Amino acid sequence: MPLPYSDIVMDHFRNPRNVGRIDNPDAKAIEGSPACGDMVAVYLKVDPDSHRITEVSFESYGCASNIATASIITEMAKGKTLEEAKALTWKQISKMLGGLPAVKVHCSVLAIDSLRAAVENYEERHGLVKERKPTTVEVVRRRLKRVMNPMVGLDLVRTRLVRDITVADGRVQVALSLCSDHQFAVNIREEIMEKIEPLWDVHEVTVQFDERALSELPVVQ
Amino acid sequence: MLEEIIYLDNGATTRMDKRVLAAMTPFFLETYAAATSQFGYSMGIDAKDRLEEARNTVARELGAAPEEFAFTSGSTESSNMALKGVALALGERKGKHIITTSIEDFPVLHSVRVLEKRGFSVTYLEVDELGRVDLNRLSEAMEPETILVSVQMANQEIGTLQNVASVGAICRERGVLFHTDASHSFPRVPMDVRELPVDLVTVTAHLIHGPKGVGGLYVRKGTPLVKWMDGGFQEFNLRGGVENIPGAIGFATAIELVTPEETSGLQVMRDQLIERLLQIPHARLNGPPELRLPHNVNVSFRFVEGESILLHLDMRGFAVSTGSACFSRSLEASHVMMGIGGDHERAHGSVRFTFGRFNRPKDVDAVADAIAEVIERLRAISPLGKQ
Repeated sequence: MPLPYSDIVMDHFRNPRNVGRIDNPDAKAIEGSPACGDMVAVYLKVDPDSHRITEVSFESYGCASNIATASIITEMAKGKTLEEAKALTWKQISKMLGGLPAVKVHCSVLAIDSLRAAVENYEERHGLVKERKPTTVEVVRRRLKRVMNPMVGLDLVRTRLVRDITVADGRVQVALSLCSDHQFAVNIREEIMEKIEPLWDVHEVTVQFDERALSELPVVQ
Repeated sequence: MLEEIIYLDNGATTRMDKRVLAAMTPFFLETYAAATSQFGYSMGIDAKDRLEEARNTVARELGAAPEEFAFTSGSTESSNMALKGVALALGERKGKHIITTSIEDFPVLHSVRVLEKRGFSVTYLEVDELGRVDLNRLSEAMEPETILVSVQMANQEIGTLQNVASVGAICRERGVLFHTDASHSFPRVPMDVRELPVDLVTVTAHLIHGPKGVGGLYVRKGTPLVKWMDGGFQEFNLRGGVENIPGAIGFATAIELVTPEETSGLQVMRDQLIERLLQIPHARLNGPPELRLPHNVNVSFRFVEGESILLHLDMRGFAVSTGSACFSRSLEASHVMMGIGGDHERAHGSVRFTFGRFNRPKDVDAVADAIAEVIERLRAISPLGKQ
């Protein structure tokens, strides 16, 4: 009987690596997804001279894809510099996992976000952060590239679901080519809110649906 | 994969009883004719007679007259037929307001959503923490334009039995039609339409070890209903299409095989499992302890996620289900779990166990032991619930 998950995913799910907390970590982050309820915590020990990750661990309050991704990124991040760790993409990770079902990609993105957030947490604590940039359409677009289209497992921008983005006076409006009663409409809206709302100068996010759009998501890349 | 799984997802569907299959087989291979009028050839007449016998059996179980019961392709069709049929019949003549609950199963919920788009207004009654409808709220929600109330007999996820007798009485008093979805309760929770003031009842076969793809709708005599599945004049001209005679025979046989003794046995297993699961720390029963489906257990475990629990149990040979968003086809947490508490956490770690004919008393301890181990394992890797 074929499970939707690869053998590698199942192996990491059954026997997750680097689980638990590190005592006195140099950095940590907990990322949560109110839309689906998953949470991932990542803990780091970093060599202060080389900025290399010497120890990394995770905890997960999530599904199989979430646990497996968190497990494999701890393996991949160990020994990497902060910059290298931040540059890890879900595409690389998904490949390492032998692929993930499209609908479960968003659960794995959360684990990657958590690693990034832990690295950023270290950078903030150690004065490595550059100036805060104001939110622009481009910043929003980049964030939307981390929101997955659950039909195909690729991001919203790439699958041309984002029709328009406007940014003005701390108000962000995202217009989608998707009707409001689509199977995934609620989920996608919540994921967008999660990604955009934390931006430091944003105080209002609205997502607009297009009732004329077909109720199927486009599959084009 | 283990040799034999312990199947505890009988609320999703059930294994068909071999006796049901044996009763159905001749109607595929021997008496396979379409049910014809009394002037047809003998195999068709025979088929018709057997179809009517099956109808009598189902109708009798409901306390209905045979001509008040139409076979359908299952509960989804039955509820579509009831809600859209009444809306078409009364929308222009009487009014466009419908009342239902926020925790109905999808056939009812999505049918009224479609009607909402077509100009009907719908009140979704909220339920309390145990999933029960507040009768005062129902009375308050009634408007002169209200044409139909749809409140389920029993909830598909948390097993809550609604007070349908009182709901029906309120509807009767105001001259409003009442539909109930009894898919998950019929016939284990007995109902009699001679006493229950109800106009339309949805039932299905596959949840009681009958075949998939057959169910029915009770339609009280005189209920205004526009035919929704157009075609021939079958099923008292309520539903077109050549009758599914093997299915009807299967449904009737499945009903005959359900006994009160068997249902009591399921209830014993239910109560034992609830007791065992509530010994696990941070476990909480969803739905009421007593006024619930005799075969349904639903418990939320804090700090862990349902799909992970489900996968671990699958590896150990158990089949269960969860209300976690990670498991749903729309990636949304169960609307029932959200409806009774409104928080994701409760949905996230919820597990439903539903017993059926082929479960044995030893299954209770087996699954309780397995789940205790799985929960401990997953809590060990969870960021929550620790100091």
